[in-house]
Amino acid sequence: MSAPLLEARGIVKSYGHVEALRGTDFTLLPGEVVALIGDNGAGKSTLVKILSGSERPDTGEIVVDGQRVEFGSVEEARAAGIETVYQDLALCADLSPAANFFLGRELLKAGLLGRLGVLDNAAMRARTQEACERLGVRLKSQAAPVSTLSGGQRQGVAVARAVTWARRVVFMDEPTAALGVVQTRRVLDLIRGVRDSGVAVVLISHNMQDVKAVSDRVEVLRLGRRVARFETARVSMEDLVGAMTGAVEQAGEVEQTGAAGTGPAGAVEQESPQ
Amino acid sequence: MSTTRSGPPPVRERRLGRARLRDLQVVWIAAVLVVLLVVFSALRPTSFATSFNLLNLVSDAAILLLLATGMTYVIITAGIDLSVGGVLVFSAVTATKAVDVTGSLLAGAATAVLTGLAWGLLNGVLVAKGRIPALIVTLGTLGMSLGGALLLTGGVDLRAPGDLNLGLGLARWLGVPLIVWICAAITAVLGVALARTRFGRHTYAIGSNAEAARRGGVAVNRHLIRVYGLAGLLAGVAGYLSLAKYGITGVSAHSTDNLQAIAAVVIGGTSLFGGVGTVLGTVIGVFIPVVLQNGFQILGVRPFWQQVVVGAVLVAAVYVDQRQRARRDQ
Ligand SMILES: Nc1ncnc2c1ncn2[C@@H]1O[C@H](COP(=O)(O)OP(=O)(O)OP(=O)(O)O)[C@@H](O)[C@H]1O
Ligand SMILES: [Mg+2]
Repeated sequence: MSAPLLEARGIVKSYGHVEALRGTDFTLLPGEVVALIGDNGAGKSTLVKILSGSERPDTGEIVVDGQRVEFGSVEEARAAGIETVYQDLALCADLSPAANFFLGRELLKAGLLGRLGVLDNAAMRARTQEACERLGVRLKSQAAPVSTLSGGQRQGVAVARAVTWARRVVFMDEPTAALGVVQTRRVLDLIRGVRDSGVAVVLISHNMQDVKAVSDRVEVLRLGRRVARFETARVSMEDLVGAMTGAVEQAGEVEQTGAAGTGPAGAVEQESPQ
Repeated sequence: MSTTRSGPPPVRERRLGRARLRDLQVVWIAAVLVVLLVVFSALRPTSFATSFNLLNLVSDAAILLLLATGMTYVIITAGIDLSVGGVLVFSAVTATKAVDVTGSLLAGAATAVLTGLAWGLLNGVLVAKGRIPALIVTLGTLGMSLGGALLLTGGVDLRAPGDLNLGLGLARWLGVPLIVWICAAITAVLGVALARTRFGRHTYAIGSNAEAARRGGVAVNRHLIRVYGLAGLLAGVAGYLSLAKYGITGVSAHSTDNLQAIAAVVIGGTSLFGGVGTVLGTVIGVFIPVVLQNGFQILGVRPFWQQVVVGAVLVAAVYVDQRQRARRDQ
């Protein structure tokens, strides 16, 4: 068992009166695919936003490589090699796919022009095209703004962007929600490919088939807390659904030993934080 | 959570067609301008199309062009700047005072530019950090700068320094007023910057989806402050140039500059919702009202019609933009 690449401990996050996260934990090991599942409103997207630096927790710790970190901005998380496909995709609809792809890290021309901030659009287009093709996202025109793309194409652009830049971790918040069967399979293949290249993946999905097909482990959130962890190979669909809905909670908080964690009962989240 | 789409190809093609139409918007308004020019020239070949008259057109438009260019940046971020006319006047007043004190025109120019920049940065900080709607912030600074200018002058228009009015104000190069060259050069540089640089790209990104820009690592607040600062700086330059051109600070002559600039920007195809627009469109949008006014004058049509027509065109332009947005976001 290797040391966790990324850990969240006791994360609390409230929006006004809504407690989105109530002291949740999360563990990601190097080179694995973890599925993060839970019902609508369980707090999955909120956790992803916190771990990717786009929101700050009220309390709680984020630990990368055993070091406590504070992500003050998305850039700091990016510097740690973390990229994200947000549930709302976070694309600028008026900009081209390439402009979105390189948003915040634009390529500049060489020499004086570059120092004046002049963009190298040709290079950005070419690299975007390449990355999208690898994912099977076919774009009719590189110049047309993202608003002219279909929902699936947009999702493809967002996934390709995150995967291309990630060095250590990719969060994917429902990356296949708008995708057809073929494209979904492509994304799942891509996730395996990303993992094989040494980048850990956190997949959020409501599709248990996909979760079973691609993940190594599953972590379950309910009402802002982690309530169970499983090794995918040893868990049934019923157990997953049961853990999400709370049906099997009383039957003993489910924790399969051998995966990550601090021991048999380590991940059993009781009412008290930590 | 899963949305299934049936028959995406035709949908996609139609959408692409619309995207091309939107790109053509600049071409359309350019065509309108050309038609206006042709019609007026045909109706009054001896008076409208003379080089003297065309030069007049350009001179009238030049200073407004600076304000409108700054406004283009601001509106592309989905903001608005109502304060430009007030900042222009205030900068002209401080410039006059600075020349009075120092006797140096250069000090006057620097004062105008820095004054404008300061007002713009104030706008930007209040909008970005204070999270106050731009409409309110800049309405407030419009009142503050106009009122401040009146306080500084005691309500009486100051005369521009003589060497400024007779120097820069009258100077020509290749037969064209120097002021026009200056405005054209600044506008050209900012047009290219908007279209081709990272600064421009971030301007579009913020107007299109500020949250996505932030998550993409764009320093949204800092960028907004810079954009409002740029608009203020241009208003400062405009203040100095109008001082040179008209010879007075014009404390009461600029209360509708903001509306003229906004009309030009919007007629030029920039979306009030942000994310879309070009400086080229704004240039055309500045000239359409000017040409109309001039043409009506020469034709003997009562000039009040110009206001009516420009108002109608403005409403039509926003209507078209809104329709396009609605279809896009459906
Ligand atoms: N910006 C916000 N403002 C207010 N409440 C929020 C905000 N973001 C999330 N919440 C609330 O926090 C809770 C968790 O939301 P979150 O989006 O993390 O859930 P989720 O697990 O991703 O759900 P889904 O499966 O529907 O995407 C919800 O009750 C939601 O209403
Ligand atoms: Mg979610």
